[in-house]
Amino acid sequence: MSKILVIAEHDGAHLNQATARAVTCARQIPSGHVTVAVLAADPSAVAAEAAALAGVDAVVTVAHAANGQALAAVLAPQIVALAAGYTHVLAASTAFGKDLLPRVAALLGVPQISDAMAVEGAYKFKRPTYAGNAIVTLEAPSDRTLVATVRSASFEPAAAGGSASISAAAIAVDLPAHTRFVSLSASPKSDRPDLASASKVVSGGRALASKENFQLIYGLAAKMGAAVGASRAAVDAGYASNELQVGQTGKIIAPDLYVAVGISGAIQHLTGIKDAKTIVAINKDPEAPIFEVADFGLVADLFVAVPEIEKALG
Amino acid sequence: MRKILVGVKRVVDYNVRVRVKPDGSGVALEGVKMSVNPFDEIALEEALRIKERGEAAEVVALSIGPDDAQQQLRTALAMGADRAILVKTTDAIDPLVASRVFAEIATKENADLVIVGKQAIDDDAAQTAPMVAALWGRPQATFASKIEINGTTAVVTREVDAGLETIEVDLPAVFSADLRLNEPRYVKLPDIMKAKKKPLDVVEFASLGITADVGLKTVFVEPPKPRAKGIVVKDVAELVDALKKKGLV
Repeated sequence: MSKILVIAEHDGAHLNQATARAVTCARQIPSGHVTVAVLAADPSAVAAEAAALAGVDAVVTVAHAANGQALAAVLAPQIVALAAGYTHVLAASTAFGKDLLPRVAALLGVPQISDAMAVEGAYKFKRPTYAGNAIVTLEAPSDRTLVATVRSASFEPAAAGGSASISAAAIAVDLPAHTRFVSLSASPKSDRPDLASASKVVSGGRALASKENFQLIYGLAAKMGAAVGASRAAVDAGYASNELQVGQTGKIIAPDLYVAVGISGAIQHLTGIKDAKTIVAINKDPEAPIFEVADFGLVADLFVAVPEIEKALG
Repeated sequence: MRKILVGVKRVVDYNVRVRVKPDGSGVALEGVKMSVNPFDEIALEEALRIKERGEAAEVVALSIGPDDAQQQLRTALAMGADRAILVKTTDAIDPLVASRVFAEIATKENADLVIVGKQAIDDDAAQTAPMVAALWGRPQATFASKIEINGTTAVVTREVDAGLETIEVDLPAVFSADLRLNEPRYVKLPDIMKAKKKPLDVVEFASLGITADVGLKTVFVEPPKPRAKGIVVKDVAELVDALKKKGLV
C-alpha cells in the first residue's frame, strides 16, 4: 500500500485549490492512503477544509508560531520528520511547492519528480520537459520516499464531501532562525477570479502596446467573468504585473476557455495554455503561431475586435 | 563578501524547437544550437552587479557537463566572471546530483553566496537552488526579483503567486534568479578575447566521489498530444456565436 502525504498550501485561513488538485493526483496512485499535512500557526480552519475534500483519508496538523509564514527552510525539516512512514510526499507545483519540496527531497536524500502530469503507477509518473515539447515517463525506486510536485493544470480539484479525521502531530525538530519573513506585497486585490483556478481566462500580449490599453483586457474579462492573464512580453513591457504571466516560466493553466488577445504565441507561452479546453486567438497577424493551437481564430485588429465582442455579449 | 558561485548550465538554445526521437529514447540534440541557460545568465549578471557595487571580491562560474560546456563557461567569463570550473561528465545529471556537486564546490571554495537560475529550460525541474541550500545547510531565496546585500545578511524580494514576498536571510545563502531580477549585459568582442586568458579549471566528476545514479529511470520520452485543428472565424459575430453554442459565454 502507498501512504501519501500531501502538503497543504494555504494562507492561514483557506486551503489553496492547487492542493485539492494534488489530492486528485494522490488519489490516482494505486491502493493509496491519502493524508493532508497542514503546517500553520493555527491549522484548524485549513485542516477542516482539507478534511472535507473527497478522497482525503486523514489530516495531520502541525501548529507552530514559526509556521505563520510559509518559509521553505522552516517547513522542510518538519516535513522530513512527518514523512517517516509515508511512501510519497506531494505538493502542488506552485511557487510554494517549487520552493519547498526540493528542499525536502534533498534533506531526505532522494530525487524529486517535478510537475507530475499523469500517474502511470505507484512510482511511475509523466512530466513535461523542454517547455512541454517532450513528455518524459519517469520511474523512481520503490524502496525510497518518492517526492513529487503536481502540475495543477493536469488534475481536477478533489470535490467536497469528505470527512477525514484530524489529528495533531508532535514534532521535535530545531527550526532555523536564518530565514526571516519581512513582508508580502500582495497585488492589488481585484474582484476578478484567481488566474490559476479560473474557468475562463482572458490574456493580453505585446500588441496591447501600453498599460492603459491593457485595461481593454480587464474590461473584456469583467464582461465574461474571467480572470486576467498576460504574455511574458506584456509583463516585461510593464503592461501587466508579474503574477499574471502565463507560460513555461509563469503559470501553467487549464481553463475551460482561454482567450489570447494580441499574443503571438511563443512556444514558452503555448506550454502554459495547452491544456485549456477551448482556445480563442485574436491577432492581426494570420501567421502568428497562436493560431496553430487555437480552436477559434479571429484575424483582426484587437482594438476593433475587443469592443465588438463586449458589445455582442451585451 | 569574498566569493559568489554562479551556476552556468549548457542547454538547448531558447529558440530551438526540440524534437523527440522516434524510438522514444530522448530528444534529438545532434547539431542543435546550445547556449547558457537564460536564467543562469540573469544569475551571473546579478553576481557581477554585486561585485561591481564593491560587495563581493570574486565571481566564479560553475558548470557540470561535457567538455563542450567550456563554451558556455567562456561566455560567462566574457560577461565578467573571474574564473570558471567545469565538473566534467557525459552522464545525465539529475538536479540532486548537480546540487551535491554545487554544495561540495561551495564548501571547498568557501563561497558566501550561490546564485543559480530558477529553472533550466531543458528539464524545467526548478530544483537546484533549494536542494543546494538544503545540502549546504544554508538559507534559500528562490525566484528572486531583487537582491540587497547588507554585510552578513541579504534582503530578497521573491516572485510568489500572491505577489511579491520579501525575506531576510543570513549569509552564506543560495538564491535563484527570476526573470525580472535584471537584464543581462551583452558580451563585447574585447571581452571575448580577454575571457580566453581567464582561468578555467576542469575537474573530473568521478574525482568528487558523488554517484551519478540516483535511481530515477527514464522509461520513455514522447511528444505532447497535438491539439485538434481549429477553425478561423470570419468576424466577431461568428466567434461569439460559436462560443455561445459551446456554452462558454
